[in-house]
Amino acid sequence: MRLTLARREALWAFVFLAIPLAFFLYFRILPTFQALWLSLYEWHADPSQRRFVGLEHYARLLTDPVLRRALFNTLLYTLLGIPSQIALGLVIALLLQRVPFGRDFFRAIYFAPYVTPAVAVAWVWSWMLSPHFGLVNELLALLGIPPQPFLQSPSQALPTVTWVVVWQNLGFQVVLFLAGLESIPRQYYEAARIDGAEGWRLFRHITWPLLNPVLVFSVVIGTIGYLQLFTQVVNLNFTDQGGPLNSTLTLALYIYQLAFLRFQLGYAATVTVLLFALILLITLVQLKLLTRRVEL
Amino acid sequence: MKAKNRLTGFLVLLFLFLGGSVMVLPFLWMVLTSFKPFPELFELRFLPREPTLENYRAVLGETGFMRWFGNSLLVASLTTLSVLFFDSLAGYTLARLRFPGKNLVFILILSTLMVPTEMLVIPWYVMSAEKGWINTYWGLLFPGLITAFGVFLMRQFFETLPQDLFDAGRMDGLSEFGVFWRIGLPLVRPALAALGIFTFLGNWNAFLWPLIVVQTPEMRTLPVGIALFSGEAGTAWNLIMAASSLAVLPVLLVFFFFQRQIIEGVVLTGVKG
Repeated sequence: MRLTLARREALWAFVFLAIPLAFFLYFRILPTFQALWLSLYEWHADPSQRRFVGLEHYARLLTDPVLRRALFNTLLYTLLGIPSQIALGLVIALLLQRVPFGRDFFRAIYFAPYVTPAVAVAWVWSWMLSPHFGLVNELLALLGIPPQPFLQSPSQALPTVTWVVVWQNLGFQVVLFLAGLESIPRQYYEAARIDGAEGWRLFRHITWPLLNPVLVFSVVIGTIGYLQLFTQVVNLNFTDQGGPLNSTLTLALYIYQLAFLRFQLGYAATVTVLLFALILLITLVQLKLLTRRVEL
Repeated sequence: MKAKNRLTGFLVLLFLFLGGSVMVLPFLWMVLTSFKPFPELFELRFLPREPTLENYRAVLGETGFMRWFGNSLLVASLTTLSVLFFDSLAGYTLARLRFPGKNLVFILILSTLMVPTEMLVIPWYVMSAEKGWINTYWGLLFPGLITAFGVFLMRQFFETLPQDLFDAGRMDGLSEFGVFWRIGLPLVRPALAALGIFTFLGNWNAFLWPLIVVQTPEMRTLPVGIALFSGEAGTAWNLIMAASSLAVLPVLLVFFFFQRQIIEGVVLTGVKG
């Protein structure tokens, strides 16, 4: 009787999981392997004309100057963007903790861009950043700063795109840090105060170490986001996608251009394998860091 | 001491206010621009001198805007319903039912989280081309119907519930599905709300896959419509700003109504997950 009960439960489990499992196998796991497979082929719309090229595409990765540029840019976005949004997010969260009123109001204001369509965000910013009639240059002029080309300059375009992305992600950081700060037990601070600790030392020895899991999560999730940067880059420089002289080109945009503008699906798939490897690496680092316990 | 506190309090508020202005300014500028007639665009005045609804009339009347809005609404709603049902069903099964291979199934689903969309869109495109899904609603919908993240989230929630509740349901003669539907689901309503809102927003804002799978203007979703329409319209910034304002409006409404659930959702995934 017990056996049949257990069997009945297992049967139901497979009935419930049938559709989700089929979905994951067919639309997630199979395509992952198809991408790996495609990376070994020269793609052609006619299946009989697809030519096996082995690791040729992987060799091309090593000598492709545009790929090198896209990879370099993508890493630069991450290196500029992550520290900026984490530092700004932390400062704002710490300040918000101190205000006696309006915390929810400010939090909502900072969070709003995060839920806004990236396409709309990109177009508004590209309008405001226009060198000739943009609001930003007008505001800079009030401070006596000459007009800047921003998105139209090979050297300024990438930091400008990064700024827009940081602007959009900031609210997410603030909310995470606020929650992290609230989860730190008050007693720790009280105990430390009795021992004579104040201000900076409280932050250094209590807040910072106890915020570590949130910090690791933010860095990892943020990095994965920057590695996949696409929508803002496309829409901020719509007529010149990838920016002047490929100065804003990212891996994701390069993949899109290769696959869907030039129909080199095989080589594009190879670049996605590179992206996958990077994301896998980040995820493994996260697991390693998060399983290490925080010591007080 | 007191005076010093008051000064710091003032500086804190000032800083937050300045930061807040930077966050709000683009929205404000977008909406103000959307009410300006074309010649006023380049004058850099804050308020429109002769405010006009002409841009909105043009966007709603002369572009495919209404259709794109409808497409986005349809895609986002259907994917959200599907995600809520299947993700919670799978999450419930993985948390509450015993069956052989349970961990394997869970790891299999979870492992798909690491695969970037960019890697999947190429095979999805090939698959869609072969099966005739390009430029169809099914083509737009299928990648988002079930999500690994949602399964994971719902599993975490179902695990926290006491087993007695489910056993009681079985005693009373509910079917296995009845236990999930009548007992399980009502208890995880907060998680369903957060997951639903995030799924809806994510699909409403989605850009990469819709851009790839859509070919004709009528099938565009809102973000694709705006991006390509801006490209076609060149420098019609007043129209772009009106279209963007209309695209942002529902999102901000959802956000202000469900702020608590959204914030809790972020906290759930980042701090407690």
